[in-house]
Amino acid sequence: MNTLAGKLEPDATTQRRSLPKAPTGIAGLDEVLGGGLPQGRPTLICGSAGCGKTLMAMEFLVRGATDYGEPGVFMSFEEGVEELTQNVRSLGFDLDDLVARNLLGIDYVHVERSEIEETGEYDLDGLFIRLGYAIDSIGARRVVLDTLEALFSSLTNTGILRAELRRLFRWLKDKGVTAVITGERGDGALTRYGLEEYISDCVILLDHRVNEQLAIRRLRVVKYRGSLHGTNEYPFIIDERGIEVLPITSLGLEHEVSTERVSTGIAALDDMLGGEGYFRGSSLLISGGAGTGKTSLACHFVAAACGRGERCIYFAFEESQAQIVRNMRSLGLDLESPVRQGLLRFHAARPTLHGLERHLVLMHKAIRDFQPQIVVLDPVTNFLSVGTGEDVKAMLMRLLDFLKMQQITLLLTSLTHGAETEQTDVGISSLIDTWMLVRQIELSGERNRGLYVLKSRGMAHSNQVRELVLSDRGIDLTEVYLGPEGALTGSARLAQEARERREAAERHQEIERARLDLERRRQALDAKMASLRLEFEAEEEMRRFIEQAEAGEKSRLSDREDMATARQAKASPATGRRRKQARGE
Amino acid sequence: MAVQSEHPEVFELRLYVAGQTPKSVTALANLKKMCEEHLAGKYRIEVIDLLEQPQLARGDQILAIPTLVRRLPSPIRKIIGDLSNTERVLVGLDLRASELKSG
Repeated sequence: MNTLAGKLEPDATTQRRSLPKAPTGIAGLDEVLGGGLPQGRPTLICGSAGCGKTLMAMEFLVRGATDYGEPGVFMSFEEGVEELTQNVRSLGFDLDDLVARNLLGIDYVHVERSEIEETGEYDLDGLFIRLGYAIDSIGARRVVLDTLEALFSSLTNTGILRAELRRLFRWLKDKGVTAVITGERGDGALTRYGLEEYISDCVILLDHRVNEQLAIRRLRVVKYRGSLHGTNEYPFIIDERGIEVLPITSLGLEHEVSTERVSTGIAALDDMLGGEGYFRGSSLLISGGAGTGKTSLACHFVAAACGRGERCIYFAFEESQAQIVRNMRSLGLDLESPVRQGLLRFHAARPTLHGLERHLVLMHKAIRDFQPQIVVLDPVTNFLSVGTGEDVKAMLMRLLDFLKMQQITLLLTSLTHGAETEQTDVGISSLIDTWMLVRQIELSGERNRGLYVLKSRGMAHSNQVRELVLSDRGIDLTEVYLGPEGALTGSARLAQEARERREAAERHQEIERARLDLERRRQALDAKMASLRLEFEAEEEMRRFIEQAEAGEKSRLSDREDMATARQAKASPATGRRRKQARGE
Repeated sequence: MAVQSEHPEVFELRLYVAGQTPKSVTALANLKKMCEEHLAGKYRIEVIDLLEQPQLARGDQILAIPTLVRRLPSPIRKIIGDLSNTERVLVGLDLRASELKSG
């Protein structure tokens, strides 16, 4: 049975050797107790009326019977079997079934004061025999006596009673059963009749107090002989599945870290975060004033995560689910489908609905149930209405530890008031891995949003301001222009953009003009070249004509010479003279 | 007689003990003595040893030992202790008032 305590704190392992423990099976309680209640010994659970003593004791038995194979006997001095069965049915415990399977015995010890007369010496052997019979008939390993103190009002001889109680606890130890005895809290003492005198092994104190109209249940292990245990006050809740105790001790900074990078859903923001987005399992903070688009940013993260098929829980403290879904539709974000697909779950409630502790417990529970990859708290600053900054910080630290252990990404939004300081109202900046700040930039009569990445652990991130622009296509981050008065945003940026566009157009036109000019000149040149070619061709023609003419002249002369030769064949040496003569004619 | 008119029935008494402890022995002796004195001829005593029949403890809601239960006449009355104080036993059995009347 002790092997079931395997997932406990490290020190529980060492203790188990020295002191055997009986796990309660109550969520969180075994962690606080370092494994469970002292096995084979009585434990006192005390507290004021309505603090959950009976339920805790009953769950101890039910879990023992169902989860650890240890049958139990519930001896009730206050409520009848029927009443008891009905009361715990709302927690999902079917006592009739357990009784039928011999896993549970319920004995209602009822002593009607009016029908009893005491005379002379007596002892409580009847009680011992009943209890012993109940234990033996089902082989019980666990026993609950709820509330033993009722005997003090039924029997007047407290001398006998006290002696018998002392004997009872010794007897229970001898029996080797793990017993839980409940006791009503008394003035200035743990129990009204000082039961803590007899039960010194383990005492658990339950408390149900109201603080500023908010009821908080808390549990504290007052003492646990021979065992280390959590000494703080631990919040707990009672809901439809029983008791859930929230161990709030930080388990040290030993969680594993992921190197996986995840997209924010906004490409430009991914670029600012080293080009790849945030680390899985890290803590992200978006802070900014009212209306700076924190929720819209957060919803982009959510939509991106759901788009990857991851599960997401959105704790909304200002808006209802319907309102967020509607508002995001105007940004072109569809959050309805992931909700329908079961990827996205909203928990919308005013922070003032519960105390911080209960919020924490409920968030724990929701997260454990849904196993999301990303958890959003929007906005975390609203918790300041139910606790001081320190309380909220402590709560967030606990939540963060819990999430980091499971590599769940936490996204917080934080509303900053007034002056834009680089401080969060709840002072959680040191807990945050990646901090994005959205700031209102007021310039030339308008307000625009500028997004900075103030810090991002473990990655190179942009030091630039980007303007956050909301449109029906979602969020876009645009570069801002640096003007003489600082960064230009909004219409100033638009004007600057227009001016740049105009200048570009002008430059473009100029180039075009130059190009046309060149074209024209080339055409002119071409035309000139064509006419030159024509001229050249004409000259060529002329040259050919001259050549032909010269050739014709030459042939005519030779013809004439031939003819002269033919006529004066003997006068051939005086040809030249004759030619002169002929020319002179 | 007043006693008979008020309690015409037989007194059905049951004494729960746990083994032969001195207290149990004393209680039974005291009970017998008292019955002979005050209820002669109209009482029945049943002694139940819970060590032998532990399951019976539940029915009569027995805690203390010894416990005397007046099962009849109704309503049920219980007297715990060794019955050493006869006065209190008589009050517990609702016999005191009638005794006073008759005496």
